[in-house]
Amino acid sequence: METYSLLREFADSWFLIAMFAFFLGASIFAFWPSQKSARDDAAAIPLRDDPKVCANNCPSCTCKTLFDLEQSNG
Amino acid sequence: MDVAKLVALGLITLIAAYASDQGLDIAFRVHGFIVLVVAAGLFIHMLRRLGEPKPAIVATDYNDGPVRAGVIATAFWGIVGLAVGVLIAFQLAFPALNFDWAQPFANFGRLRPLHTSAVIFAFGGNALIASSIYIVQRTSRTRLFGGNLVWFVFWGYQLFIVLAATGYLLGATQSKEYAEPEWYVDIWLTLVWVAYLVIFLGTIIKRKERHIYVANWFFLAFIVTVAMLHVVNNLAVPVSIWGSKSVQLFSGVQDAMTQWWYGHNAVGFFLTAGFLGMMYYYVPKQANRPVYSYKLSIVHFWALIFLYIWAGPHHLHYTALPDWASTLGMVFSVILWMPSWAGMMNGLMTLNGSWDKIRTDPIIRFLVASLAFYGMSTFEGPMMSIRAVNSLSHYTDWTVGHVHSGALGWNGMIIFAMIYFLTPRLWNRGAMYSTAAMNWHFWLAMIGIVLYAASMWVSGIMEGLMWREVDDQGFLVNSFADTVSAKFPMYVVRGLGGTLYLGGACIMVWNMWKTIRGHAPVTQPVSQMTIPAE
Repeated sequence: METYSLLREFADSWFLIAMFAFFLGASIFAFWPSQKSARDDAAAIPLRDDPKVCANNCPSCTCKTLFDLEQSNG
Repeated sequence: MDVAKLVALGLITLIAAYASDQGLDIAFRVHGFIVLVVAAGLFIHMLRRLGEPKPAIVATDYNDGPVRAGVIATAFWGIVGLAVGVLIAFQLAFPALNFDWAQPFANFGRLRPLHTSAVIFAFGGNALIASSIYIVQRTSRTRLFGGNLVWFVFWGYQLFIVLAATGYLLGATQSKEYAEPEWYVDIWLTLVWVAYLVIFLGTIIKRKERHIYVANWFFLAFIVTVAMLHVVNNLAVPVSIWGSKSVQLFSGVQDAMTQWWYGHNAVGFFLTAGFLGMMYYYVPKQANRPVYSYKLSIVHFWALIFLYIWAGPHHLHYTALPDWASTLGMVFSVILWMPSWAGMMNGLMTLNGSWDKIRTDPIIRFLVASLAFYGMSTFEGPMMSIRAVNSLSHYTDWTVGHVHSGALGWNGMIIFAMIYFLTPRLWNRGAMYSTAAMNWHFWLAMIGIVLYAASMWVSGIMEGLMWREVDDQGFLVNSFADTVSAKFPMYVVRGLGGTLYLGGACIMVWNMWKTIRGHAPVTQPVSQMTIPAE
């Protein structure tokens, strides 16, 4: 068999399944309940270096507690 | 180390001197001269400072010098690219603007790639490099990796732009759309790009945050994929190493498919993935809220990455490309609509609860307009990729209108938002000098885009319908020249739209100038706006 046909058959079958499985895995992992805190933590990264976010909301709040309160990230 | 650099620069200077004298064509000789000047300048600069003690760099704060340079370069190349765009738009309406005295350098055929490369790679590319460097440091909470390597990336990229742009004017092109630069410019860009990957990836690896923020995923996908696309699409053998001409490794339909695999992913990964990285930082930052759904952003990322790479064949409907390949491209393009709109919704819904900011905050307004145009053009694109629609739209101005609603709307507006976001922060100013000027810019840009897109829709659909019109005997009704003269009014309107857009950008540059020179009313020092990395 030519290299092209061999690679083509592999690409059409096993590699396609592998890529689709990876995509499904990544998507399911994105919704995994135990990852919620990790997601919230990651979503808060850009706001964390800006102290204005936390200022004047409540005297004792840190940024983290503020985001936990907001819970806008599901 | 310094001596080795001096030897290398000296050798480059000698080789460039030889190339500028003995090059086989004018473009190569001029490029040899440009490299000669740059290398000799660097050589003298280094030689004068040889042995001087180097100032110790305080490596605790963010490295923002290159970001400042990048913001200025973005604005500069933006004006250049938009101005050339306006010129060629009017050249199409009034062919006399292809001045006789400027031939062959300033005819439409040579200025057109100058316009596309200037706006995509110079305006867009500098915005992406500046943004990614700014964002990766803040979201990794660490200083940029690689020390002064970032300056090599910045100036190396500017040199690439200058070589590409002068090459087009002097006739050096390999005739691949968005990949016109010849072989030695491609090799140079590859070196610069690898250095860019090193500093970006190095910063992510030494990050102090536990997670890699989603914006950095998009930037990384942009950098890695563009490297792959660039190398594969530019496989070529130079005719002589002392000349700019090269011969492509692929030929025929393979060459066409490789080109549009590259071309569409230049849109998908340069103008989409990279800009989504900007979106995922600036929208939450400016709205002061975390992104609407982090889950959605993960699914959005992987769906976009897995789908975009297959969409290229829709550029080659009704060509020698096999039907199965063009159907594949069409199907993936239609599926792409979903992740694209997922990203748009994720950006827009981040504003949930602070919609009033659209009225009060010009930066939010730019961002929302940008996302709205992203949504429109990612609906229009899949529709145009359907073979039946494409039979009407292909080779007409509809395609041009589609590209510009994406480029002026999505890419342009988010770059303007970036500039307004970064300028006060980078130069320690409380805010932009003039909010009124930002509003003027916004509305000039919006009216410009509407004029541009609407005139190109009318012109393109009219053109497509005229091309396919047959009489009852089966003869074509219109000659090609009939369509050209019928398009004249739309071409004038398009040129006006471009002029308004350029005018808005000029107002922005004035506003930047006033802000940077310190005329802005300082309401709050930047030390409170961004804290340094630990």
